[in-house]
Amino acid sequence: MTLLTVEHVDARHGLLHAVRDVSFELGEGETLALVGANGAGKTTLLRTIAGAHRPAAGRVLFEGRDVTRVPPHRRVAMGITLVPEGRRLFGELTVEENLLVARSSGRRGPWTVDAVLEAFPMLEPLRRRRARMLSGGEQQATAIGRALMTNPRVLLLDEVSLGLAPVAVDGVYRSLCSLIERGTTIVLVEQDLGRAMTVASRLVCMLEGRFVLEGDAAELTREQVTEAYFGLRRASRAGSPA
Amino acid sequence: MIWLNQIVQGILLGGFYALLASGLSLMFGVMRIINLAHGDLAVLGAFFLYVLANDGGMSPWAALAVVLPSMAAGGWLLQRTMLERSLRAGVLVPLLTTLGLGIVVQNLLFEDFGADQRSLFSNIGALGYDSWRITSQISIGKLSALIFAVAVAVLVALQLFLTRTPLGRALRATAEDPDTAQLVGVDARRVYALAAAIAVAVAALAGVFLAMQSSIQPYSGPGELIFAFETVVIGGLGSLWGTLAGGIVLGVAQNVGAQIDPSWPLLAGHVVFLAVLAARVVLGEIGSRGGLQAVLGRV
Repeated sequence: MTLLTVEHVDARHGLLHAVRDVSFELGEGETLALVGANGAGKTTLLRTIAGAHRPAAGRVLFEGRDVTRVPPHRRVAMGITLVPEGRRLFGELTVEENLLVARSSGRRGPWTVDAVLEAFPMLEPLRRRRARMLSGGEQQATAIGRALMTNPRVLLLDEVSLGLAPVAVDGVYRSLCSLIERGTTIVLVEQDLGRAMTVASRLVCMLEGRFVLEGDAAELTREQVTEAYFGLRRASRAGSPA
Repeated sequence: MIWLNQIVQGILLGGFYALLASGLSLMFGVMRIINLAHGDLAVLGAFFLYVLANDGGMSPWAALAVVLPSMAAGGWLLQRTMLERSLRAGVLVPLLTTLGLGIVVQNLLFEDFGADQRSLFSNIGALGYDSWRITSQISIGKLSALIFAVAVAVLVALQLFLTRTPLGRALRATAEDPDTAQLVGVDARRVYALAAAIAVAVAALAGVFLAMQSSIQPYSGPGELIFAFETVVIGGLGSLWGTLAGGIVLGVAQNVGAQIDPSWPLLAGHVVFLAVLAARVVLGEIGSRGGLQAVLGRV
């Protein structure tokens, strides 16, 4: 069943045309990985889906309802939650308070403070510590846990492994895999192609605001993705004599 | 002993300043709005109560039950209709908006009430002049003690609200990062309006106490704003206990100054404020340049 539909979305930052005519559908339980170089438009696309960025054109539909003009906090209440790039925790609030703030939308479900602490056992001893005192990995776990507290139907994850030690990345990905096993629908932006290809069911490569490659993660080869990632195919096509 | 008395009176006065300043501090802490109409809104609340008490014949304490919710509703509307739009236009626009609002409030009050000084002193009976005699030199006015107690109670209630309730947590989260707060389901517009409602209601309460203890006229607001502003700067932003400490420092400075020379109370308060401000700037500068030795080494 289609949960999320993005139709011909254009998004701009002033003169910069960050996302160009992007369309895709996401089914319940799918894990979509978005890869692409810096500046390809991945973060802007995620923020547009979450409602933090208003598209210049196009529509975003959630369960068939047009949510293009719905503000972000109401999208959270419907079940769309973004884990923003750079974690963006509330540094002066404790870990537990960071989790509790995410109950503001009023969406109840299986995810409670206890359930999050069970899924991320490393946070249990830290629950009364201020978020700014945590390590990068602990912060990322808190940020994902905070998003889970909204009991999302679609979880948008932006660069969850950026700036983390390899051990911390392993930890984050272990928890991601358990989320995927539970049937959570995920859109994942990831720089690390290997990681993205192992967890995702579908993979999309963005280049200069467009989708340049799309397919089942299991069927795409690293070479195909790498070519699309750097725009090699297009460059070679343009460069070769007709 | 006379000095001790001045210090005691200064501490009690500090409670009033803390009450006056807490709304200013809250609005700056949450929305980054410096509300230049803060003093005028306090005076507006006091005039509102004055009308209910003198023309409506209500007891001033019963009238508070009308004034505070009305002023809170006014704060909510102010945020939703004016300040929210101003904020979208940048950080300086709310400064102009609230400056203009202050002028409008002052002149509307002047239109209706003229330039006379007015006081609620005669509405509160013996509370206005009764006191407890502690020693032959020190006595504590019952009204001053009441104001101090209310100020502490309001600060404690605000503190509990901010730390213990879901709305308080949402407010702190929004103060830190409104964009992210919205991404986890907080309605930032509602949180902002709530902060403005609390700030304006508490300002009105302070205005009422001002009118009980001394007097007000339509142009009293800006002077009170300066005291509130000095309290916030001395106490440090974003800390409610700091606000109480700032109020007490200002109150004690004014009273001790008055004891040195009867024309000095305001001057002494301003001097302490400037000294604290200068110290903060200098210490901040030293800190950012890598310590005192690094700074001295370069001289």
